[in-house]
Amino acid sequence: MATIASPKARERLDRLERIWEEPPGIVGWLTTVDHKRIGLMFFFTSLAFFAAGGVEALLIRTQLIGPNNGLLSPNAFNEAMTMHGVTMIFLVVVPMSIGAFGNYLLPLMIGARDLAFPRLNALSFWIYLASGLFVYTGLAIGSAPNAGWFDYLPLGSKEFSPGPNIDFYTLGLIFNGLSSTATASNLVVTTFKLRAPGMSLNRMPLFCYAMLATSFALVFALPPLNTALVFLELDRALGFHFFDIAKGGDSLLWQHLFWIFGHPEVYIIILPAFGIATAIIPTFTRRKMVAFPLVALAEVLVAFIGFGVWAHHMFAVGLDTITTVYFAAASLIIVIPSGIQLFAWITTIVTGTPRFKTPLLWIVGFIVLFLLGGLSGITFAAIPFDQQLTDTYYVVAHFHYVIFGAAVFPLLGGMYYWFPKVTGRLYFERVGQASFWLSFVGMNLTFFPMHIVGLLGMPRRQYTYPGDLGWTGYNLVETLGAYLLACGLLLVVGNLAVSRFRGKAAGNDPWGGDTLEWSTSSPPPSYNYAVIPRVTSPYAMWDREDREADVRDLTGGGERVLEEGHETPASSVLDADWDEILDMPSKSWSPLILAVVLAAGFAMLLAEHYVVAAVCGALALLVLAGWHWKEPQEA
Amino acid sequence: MFAIAAVVFGGAVVLLLLAWIGRGSEGFPVLGKREKLEGRAVVVFGIVVPVVVLVVVFAFANLVVIKDTDAPRASSTAMTVEVTGHQWFWEVRYPGTPAVTANEIHIPVRTRVSLVAKTDDVIHSIWIPRLNRKIDTVPGHPNRILLEADKPGRYRGQCGEFCGLQHTHMAMYVFADTPDRFRSWLRNMESSRRTPDTASERSGERVFLDNQCASCHTVRGTPARGDVGPDLTHLQSRTTLAGLTIPNTGPYLASWIRNPQHIKPGNKMPSLGLSQPEREKLLDYLESLR
Repeated sequence: MATIASPKARERLDRLERIWEEPPGIVGWLTTVDHKRIGLMFFFTSLAFFAAGGVEALLIRTQLIGPNNGLLSPNAFNEAMTMHGVTMIFLVVVPMSIGAFGNYLLPLMIGARDLAFPRLNALSFWIYLASGLFVYTGLAIGSAPNAGWFDYLPLGSKEFSPGPNIDFYTLGLIFNGLSSTATASNLVVTTFKLRAPGMSLNRMPLFCYAMLATSFALVFALPPLNTALVFLELDRALGFHFFDIAKGGDSLLWQHLFWIFGHPEVYIIILPAFGIATAIIPTFTRRKMVAFPLVALAEVLVAFIGFGVWAHHMFAVGLDTITTVYFAAASLIIVIPSGIQLFAWITTIVTGTPRFKTPLLWIVGFIVLFLLGGLSGITFAAIPFDQQLTDTYYVVAHFHYVIFGAAVFPLLGGMYYWFPKVTGRLYFERVGQASFWLSFVGMNLTFFPMHIVGLLGMPRRQYTYPGDLGWTGYNLVETLGAYLLACGLLLVVGNLAVSRFRGKAAGNDPWGGDTLEWSTSSPPPSYNYAVIPRVTSPYAMWDREDREADVRDLTGGGERVLEEGHETPASSVLDADWDEILDMPSKSWSPLILAVVLAAGFAMLLAEHYVVAAVCGALALLVLAGWHWKEPQEA
Repeated sequence: MFAIAAVVFGGAVVLLLLAWIGRGSEGFPVLGKREKLEGRAVVVFGIVVPVVVLVVVFAFANLVVIKDTDAPRASSTAMTVEVTGHQWFWEVRYPGTPAVTANEIHIPVRTRVSLVAKTDDVIHSIWIPRLNRKIDTVPGHPNRILLEADKPGRYRGQCGEFCGLQHTHMAMYVFADTPDRFRSWLRNMESSRRTPDTASERSGERVFLDNQCASCHTVRGTPARGDVGPDLTHLQSRTTLAGLTIPNTGPYLASWIRNPQHIKPGNKMPSLGLSQPEREKLLDYLESLR
């Protein structure tokens, strides 16, 4: 907001400040319902898990630096590779992209004052934190999951995995799923109902389309996973036979259910990254996205088609040819929306006037890596090729190009891009560029040789390998690359950490950004916008007159300030016409308490104390009742 | 496929380089600012080109090549080999004969062999990269693929699906022999164990039968009928031990018997606590199982 001179405006801002203020200190963080604070907690927690998953990756790479190495025991290696997968997929990328970026940015981009369900949002975070600690407790007591992140049956059954390792996996992921489901539903409702007046669906930023598509995909993808996990835990704990062929079950049921979740999960992981790319590119090329409607459509299509391709993870299990051919064809179709987006990004960059600052560098890196990962991905739709290379390092190379290159690179670019907004300070540009190049080179050194070593026949998930098969040199390079990559990532964190305290003041809009969040102060006030913005195009921040009108509304008697209560406007789903004014819930202890009680319940399920677990369930219902007790609204 | 991928990748990188060169000005670097062209570029590169390329690749791979990786028609093969995955070794049987071996499959060269893939426990995957695709061994769903070698020789293979602690040490060899050699190999494998000749071999057999060995291993022609570990009737017909972990020679076999957990941690064979003389006799006996 431009400088606020008039006393009338000052008074209105003070009122807003009082209404939206939360208690200071630790109590404020424990009871907060502010999407920005929750987003930051998601961010730092997922960053901590990122570090843990990174250490696991380095352990794996160090073990494989040469043939017949003995750094890790076979079981330690299997735990490290399983925990690396589980951590990065469930505890890092999804919480980081929708929990941190979605949470913090989506309401700002659509001009809302919070998510639709602020307390549910707090609950999502506390459950996420508790579920992460739950899974890591397994590691701490020496019983980490060790059957791979997709935990194939019957290897994961009680018969072949008698310890509690797999129970930490099963119960931990069910618990974690509650968090993702809650965040996703919250984002869907928020996107549909809380958009600023005038932001009809066709004027919604592409970042929001990506978040919406991801959230929808999550809501539909998690039930098959949860079903599979509940079946598995029933098999393990109570002797059911869902996956036991001898008793009429079938282990392939697990694979189908897991991948019906697992493949959409891939798109859940990369769609937010696409969203970040479409936010950064227009800003740094100073032009609107080429083919905006096609890109929006493509984002939604990717999430949708992603549900019809799961069996391409199963081409080696011996399905009918007709089935495999169908799934191969469906998998190829998904190339089309991805191709549209890819060439829309490239064309936008080519035809714009690009400034290759750190955020755009990460996005260009992402485009290159996604293209490589996508091209190697297409090769899997050639069934005979897939049947050779599935479960080799070729597939490891492919999905790290997609998940690390295409999902994490934009997240890192996004960290740089929105750092000034979140902290009010600028990062160090040169160090930022150096961190990109280190990571980019490290990433390629780590993962590119994996294509070759996979083609040479090295299977994944081997804790060691013989020295006479020609794999040694490639593995050495991969390990060195991994250390270089780690240096690059540490430099990112170091740059941002130092800049947080030493960086220059950023102002509201250091980049000339195209979306609404750049119109408010950096960091944004607890109420986000003093005046609920009115939107007339997808590039709201580039509509100078609209933004000046917002400021006039504050000084004048405009009704879009809502300084009478803890309120945000709701709007109609398609056209975003002003609909009604919502009373928003304020701070509460209930989400934290409920998460703690649920965590205790899951721990009791793990310990097979079913009565105590039931008591925890009953307690949880009591807490819920307390949660919904109507409290007096604050002034 | 790689050529096409290289062209696409190269094209995109060139475009990004053009963006770097043309970073000072709006519009295409050479063509200038043309709104319609931009939308069309996305449609052409993002939709038209991929569709054409993909249809061609798809048709070739999934309608032509796939015939070689599908399960062979029953009438088209000359013989069958049954391979069963165990944690962590491969059991190899030749249906219609009593021959059983482990980790080393012998087939006649230039002969269409039907490989039946089964499992005794978890899902493994049989993968001999130079001969054919990977095929999972799924409980309750036996699978078949064609195994056919054009040239005589030794082909390495291994487990392709993570199957637990020692997934790493679950490799195999396929020996494609000339038909004559294969026939004489099979004749030998069909017979019961060679009767021990020397006193040492005979007492070695006693050590084998009186200790835990016999409860896990089979030696045809003796009461040993265990089915936990590999069949040892013709142990010396194999070139390696423990799923290709070590060569099958006297010193390695001796160290394996002394401490199998040191060589392949977590495998199901315990240290037997035999005395030195007992171990020597046992070794003599095992080396006589040709």
